[in-house]
Amino acid sequence: MYNSQKHIMTMNIIHRKTGLAMCLAALLALPAFAQNPPAGDFPPPRQAYKIQTPTYLADYFTEATPGVVSPDENGFIRRWLLLEPIDKPNRSNTVFTDSYLRQTFDTLYFKNQFSILPKDGDKVKVGKQKLAWHALDSKLYNVKLYRLAAGLKKQVYGVLFWAVTVIDCPEDMENVRFSAGSNSASMWWLNGEEVLLLSGDRRMVVDDGLSRRLTLKKGRNILRGAIINGPGMSDFCVRFMDENGMPVTNITISYQ
Amino acid sequence: MSMKTKAILLGTVALMSVLTSEEASAQIGTPYIHDPSTIMECEGKYYTFGTGGGGLISEDGWEWHGGGVRPGGGAAPDAIKIGDRYLIAYSSTGGGLGGGHAGKVLTMWNKTLDPNSPDFAYTEPIEVAHSLDDEDCDAIDAGLLLDPTDGRLWCSYGTYFGFIRLVELDPKTGKRVEGNEAIDIAIDCEATTLAYRDGWYYLLGTHGTCCDGPNSTYNIVVGRSRKVTGPYIDNVGRDMLEGGGKMVIAASDRKTGPGHFGRFIVEDGVEKMSYHYEADFDQGGRSVLAIRPLVWKNGWPVAGEAFKEGTYEIESERRGYALELAVDFVRMQGSMHRFWEKDDKPLVPLKSQTLDDVIGTWPQGDINVRIGDYMFRPHQKWTITAVSNAGGYLGGHYYKIVIEGTNRALAATTDAEVVTVPAFTGAPEQLWRIDQLTDGTYRIMPKEVPGTDKELVLVSTGDSTPSLGKFDMNSDNSKWNFRDH
Repeated sequence: MYNSQKHIMTMNIIHRKTGLAMCLAALLALPAFAQNPPAGDFPPPRQAYKIQTPTYLADYFTEATPGVVSPDENGFIRRWLLLEPIDKPNRSNTVFTDSYLRQTFDTLYFKNQFSILPKDGDKVKVGKQKLAWHALDSKLYNVKLYRLAAGLKKQVYGVLFWAVTVIDCPEDMENVRFSAGSNSASMWWLNGEEVLLLSGDRRMVVDDGLSRRLTLKKGRNILRGAIINGPGMSDFCVRFMDENGMPVTNITISYQ
Repeated sequence: MSMKTKAILLGTVALMSVLTSEEASAQIGTPYIHDPSTIMECEGKYYTFGTGGGGLISEDGWEWHGGGVRPGGGAAPDAIKIGDRYLIAYSSTGGGLGGGHAGKVLTMWNKTLDPNSPDFAYTEPIEVAHSLDDEDCDAIDAGLLLDPTDGRLWCSYGTYFGFIRLVELDPKTGKRVEGNEAIDIAIDCEATTLAYRDGWYYLLGTHGTCCDGPNSTYNIVVGRSRKVTGPYIDNVGRDMLEGGGKMVIAASDRKTGPGHFGRFIVEDGVEKMSYHYEADFDQGGRSVLAIRPLVWKNGWPVAGEAFKEGTYEIESERRGYALELAVDFVRMQGSMHRFWEKDDKPLVPLKSQTLDDVIGTWPQGDINVRIGDYMFRPHQKWTITAVSNAGGYLGGHYYKIVIEGTNRALAATTDAEVVTVPAFTGAPEQLWRIDQLTDGTYRIMPKEVPGTDKELVLVSTGDSTPSLGKFDMNSDNSKWNFRDH
């Protein structure tokens, strides 16, 4: 179905240096920061310029099937339930300190936020927003959240994404580590326990942050993530690494 | 210049002396020796023998005392373990530069180097080489190499008087191989030894003036060859038979006269070089045992750095990021300029962020560590200080690693991770061994990891995540750098 949803967004291409100057000028126009400014002090998100480059969701995702899939050959988990972006205004990603993120990710945005395993198409209400969950397989090793938002004609900047997936293990796997890279900051929970926080104005890098050693239990494990971004690209990549530092591939992934 | 007799006297006097300055020392205890043989490990202890007989013993490789037993006197012994026995080579000297040159190289075996062991007994010495009184060689200062490629045993010997020579010995008996002819491989050297690495044979020798205390210019040089028999060529193409030699180590840090190289391979990637200083200025100018990391740079051995206390960025070799406390990044105030606009205002230097600026934002208890962009901020500056009376390891102290200006210490945890604790207590999980590796980077290793006997080191599991793991020389995850900036 996504093949037919070829939404066209537009963007004015401006000179890079001019754009940079504009950004800095805007930043300088803000009142001086008192330490780390809370997000609430920022004006509403500056939406992207009208985007001329079309984003086709089908270029980045396929609709997930009801069954299970394996991670790719490098262990990346590509099947996710992704919630349309929550409006979370942040003009700059430099505000993403640990404290800010903990406060932000501890905030309840929708019902059963930390336990929900939604169905494809389920909707949640966040303030005035009504947002849908989408069960998708990423065509890439990483999940391009910016393209998800753009493809769905949602806002692309000043956003908070939630992602959930189900990992099935044939047996207990001890001493594995959860590995993630994200743009920008993110927090991750496995079976309800926080396992990783990636803070700061961060670009997505494979194996950027790893959890402490943990156990993937036999059967179902629920992996949940929250990814926050102000301006710019947003995406994440996730896998598990075994005790020898090799990707875990003998697991299956589903969204049910 | 060869003045071994003088060296023997110096060594004897040195043995009666006491430690003066632990941090400045090459080693602690009473590490007084001249021409230390290659360090041997035997039943959990380390041994080295010197000119004039006797030797040093160490429980941990850091604190050394007399007690080693090596009969026969003479000059500049060497040692090697072959199978389950130790072969010791030593020489009866011809008398030095102004004396005769009728030297003899002898070998003898022992099952153990522990003089208290019931198995401790040297075999009768066997002569394997000699020099006549006035020939172009002085058969002393033996060095041994068991060729790892074919198991053949080689012995180099000689001094400044004529040639350094190479003979082949039988690794089963320690005798000279029958019919073997000595080969001239160098001049202008003393205290030579051989090493093999990655297809190259290395001849290490000592140049300069021996046995002149604080004025001794002794230094260690090297040449290399694809064949054990030479030619040994230096870095500019000179044959060591023409006096060539690339510097491995010279005087430094108030210590003069490094000489008598020995190589000790701890494990893949971790090597040490033993030698003596003719004079350690901080130990009364005595001749002392020294152990430094052995670094291999572009195929050449060079002395690594004796780790210096100080405040550093601890940089991961994996990504180049810095070990830091997992605390909020506190932004600098103001000072943003529109760089595309001309500004004629006078330049005012920015103040660096200080500990007082940020410490109030840090939690009081344990704080996790992570790895992040180095911004020379207080949560990224680690003060590394040697800890007295905490023991050591081959060539080094244990150190505490704390955030500068605080007592907040890096510590290993029971789940084999790393954390900082609010105050250093001296617990073994807060003591860190620092080894410079053969590629010049460093390994950082807790003395103990609670709840396990495993030897684990500080690793980068991810670009931003430190942990403890098994050391792997082939992985940059195991390597760190200390940056002073």
